[in-house]
Amino acid sequence: MSDNDHRIKKVSIICAKGTIEDVYASLVMGNGAVMEGMEANLFFTFFGLEAVIKNRMDNLHTGVVGNPAMRLPGGMRMPTWMGIIPGMEAMVSGMMKKEMDKLDVPPVSEFIELFVAGGGNLYACKLAADMFKLKKEDLSEHVTGIITVGEFYELAGGEGSQIIFT
Amino acid sequence: MAQKTYAGVTVDVNDEGYFNDPSQWTKEIAAEIAKEEGLSLTDKHYEMLEYLRNKFNSGEQLTIRGINKSGIVDVKTFYQMFPGAPLKKSTKIAGIPKPTSCV
Repeated sequence: MSDNDHRIKKVSIICAKGTIEDVYASLVMGNGAVMEGMEANLFFTFFGLEAVIKNRMDNLHTGVVGNPAMRLPGGMRMPTWMGIIPGMEAMVSGMMKKEMDKLDVPPVSEFIELFVAGGGNLYACKLAADMFKLKKEDLSEHVTGIITVGEFYELAGGEGSQIIFT
Repeated sequence: MAQKTYAGVTVDVNDEGYFNDPSQWTKEIAAEIAKEEGLSLTDKHYEMLEYLRNKFNSGEQLTIRGINKSGIVDVKTFYQMFPGAPLKKSTKIAGIPKPTSCV
């Protein structure tokens, strides 16, 4: 291999937040990596764990309170106070999922299956799992293990490897 | 515009080797592109190439989810059939443009 080969060969992506957009950012990047023939690890920590908890992974929401980038249908800025209207978060989250489905972006559980089928690996953070009292059986069967930060760094190493925090 | 000769036919390709004119493609050509990529094609490969070409011809986006739903092979097998970058490699062999989808 030449010294000029600066291609990325492995990515290890950390997902620490549990909103639709944060989780999908990690999944799209991870799945994109395996589709390009790279090795890919996804590491879920803190609220990012929502994406791998069996009975919650397909029910993620987008935050509407304190999200100044939120727009109303038609493009007008959504006044931030509207975020507190009951049902607003569920409605916006439903719309997000509908729009993604139109682009053939799969639900979280299906996306994870595609990622794993492509050779990607999933890990959960031990500290966060302990804190949220989560056990292996609470998590998707595709999660390889609940690991420490040290173990994460170990498997993230190697030539042409990158760590991404979404 | 670059040109390449496969199975005795000269075809127009772009810098990355993707066909500019998908109608120039034949099964014999596919076998030669595959050989360049280090693959030998089975019936399943051809079935998948047909699927990809049909999707392209009907103007649909090619996605990994679509492959899974194609009913031809599951995604895991697809990755094994076209190792490395499966969607890029398979579309190249199928004589259609490189997919522009992120999923």
